[in-house]
Amino acid sequence: MHAVTPTLELRDVTKRYGHVAAPTDVDFTVTAGEVVALVGDNGAGKSTLVKAIAGSHRIDGGEILIDGGPVVIGSPTEASALGIETVYQDLALCDNLDVTANLYLGRERRRSRSLLLDQEGMQAHAAAVIADLAAHLPVLDKPVSALSGGQRQAIAVSRAALWGSRIVLLDEPTAALGVAQTVMVYDLIHRLRDRGLAVVVISHNMADVFAVADRITVLRLGRNAGEFRPGRDSTDDVVAAITGSRELDAAVRKENPR
Amino acid sequence: MNPSAVWTRTAASGTATVVLGLVVVWGFFQSLNDNFLSARNLSNLLLQIAVLGTLAVGMVIVLILGEIDLSIGAIAGVSAAVLAQLITGHGWPAWAAIASALLLGAAIGVLHGTIIAAVGIPSFIITLAGLLVWQGVQLWLVGDGGQIPIRDSAIRSIASSYLVPAFGWVLAVLVIAGFAGVRLLRRTRRVRNQLAVRTPAAEAATVAGVAVVVLAITWTLNSYFGIPWVFVLLLGLAAAGGVLMTGTNFGRHVYAIGGNREAARRAGIPVRRTVVLVFALISAIAALAGIIEASRQFSASNALGGGTLQLNAIAAAVIGGTSLFGGRGRVHQAVLGALVVGSVQNGLDLLGEPAAVKNIATGVILVVAVVLDALGRRRRAL
Repeated sequence: MHAVTPTLELRDVTKRYGHVAAPTDVDFTVTAGEVVALVGDNGAGKSTLVKAIAGSHRIDGGEILIDGGPVVIGSPTEASALGIETVYQDLALCDNLDVTANLYLGRERRRSRSLLLDQEGMQAHAAAVIADLAAHLPVLDKPVSALSGGQRQAIAVSRAALWGSRIVLLDEPTAALGVAQTVMVYDLIHRLRDRGLAVVVISHNMADVFAVADRITVLRLGRNAGEFRPGRDSTDDVVAAITGSRELDAAVRKENPR
Repeated sequence: MNPSAVWTRTAASGTATVVLGLVVVWGFFQSLNDNFLSARNLSNLLLQIAVLGTLAVGMVIVLILGEIDLSIGAIAGVSAAVLAQLITGHGWPAWAAIASALLLGAAIGVLHGTIIAAVGIPSFIITLAGLLVWQGVQLWLVGDGGQIPIRDSAIRSIASSYLVPAFGWVLAVLVIAGFAGVRLLRRTRRVRNQLAVRTPAAEAATVAGVAVVVLAITWTLNSYFGIPWVFVLLLGLAAAGGVLMTGTNFGRHVYAIGGNREAARRAGIPVRRTVVLVFALISAIAALAGIIEASRQFSASNALGGGTLQLNAIAAAVIGGTSLFGGRGRVHQAVLGALVVGSVQNGLDLLGEPAAVKNIATGVILVVAVVLDALGRRRRAL
């Protein structure tokens, strides 16, 4: 493999809660045009790691690098400024607003030389972005409350992609979705990847992970427990790493990644 | 209602609902008393709802934010007392006294909003405490006499002067032209951005409908004394409020916070600053209502702004389709809601019913409106 600088790299990242170190010396990388799944059982440290990347938590040890350069992510706003967008499980949409308003939430465009919103310009641009992602969204002036779970997820993901972000974190993106909607979200994730974004999917649904990920990073009890590839490794391998029934094997893999 | 109805259509049907309510109320009272729909009584009605409509505009904005303000009556009262003290007691010119009363209102709102936003206490409690505090200040300012008379002709003319009929017609034409112009501009922008537009015939029908209504109102009022000046003031306030809420960043943020506060915060919207600004705004509007009421009474009394005024303002907002749960509502519909509440009170007055009946009727209407709001919310949640 040729050495590509990862878009996002975590080196020996540690976060302590009192005496308990939740993620301990965790390494993690994701490169532009790649989907990496971050998996692990409840309490494995996935959420804490995501919050550290999203700027909600400060890390206590190790470093975070973007394009090879170390950064400090002190707040969600700083994370956004670094091109990191997070789609949380609860989506954080305003049900009473329409699709366009949600896509532009907090970053509304104004008409030149006035205080008034550029409603038409935003709607036209939103339509272009949605069409580009080929998300199956109905007309953009519908309130979000009228949409299905999959459509809502698509809006949240599109919003993350709309702002020239480079790294998108998706927390359990299919947790509340039906089969067809899940497939739609898979398509969306692949389209983000094909546009050259670095995508991180947090999940403990093996079907999700094997459907979307190019690479799988397993955490167990706050530590790295192996790197896997859907084409090469089986679900059983990953499940074994998650549950710890084959720790030795995983340790060997970590010595010789890829 | 079909849950997939588009937002604009929902807003239009909200207006249709409250207009329907108004038609029912007017038909009911007209059938019991022929004078109800006379030009004279409708003119009086507009004078009567000026204060209520003004307060309702402010109440809609604070309800959309997902908060409530129970102190607006007291703020109106204390602002009127300050106005009267400055004019009658200290000989200030009218404009300076009006500006001071409005600034005082805004300052009270900043105080309320800051406590609510900074400490995270429900606005219900803070403004209920504010109600007591500012009523106390009002009593103290008005003093033992029970009222401070206002003899300043400028103040007195606010609520008792009418536009000359010719000016009324000019204003009506300007309003229609302005409405048509705004629609045309919006249509042009939509075409430029390659968005769907309505057919020219449909647009023309909308403008023609508005023109008919505006001309009918002007004709009716001109057949009495003319268009009351406070009604123009109320419409101007409602128009400004409408633009603020639907056309600016600030308004969009108020809707967003009312819809999902956490989502708004995560999207980088300055939630606390917006809350403080909204309370400043509603309190300044309440002060304006106080000035109008003082102008109507030719004095600032210790009862001004008391009683059921702010509950009526909430009723007007909710009847106008504003949700008590936040995130939903339209400023212009609140003015229509105020017209419904005012019509019921005016009609009962005309029938010679006592205050007891008026209170009961307003209370029942408020409950019906709130129940419909809650049911509508449940249906949307399904």
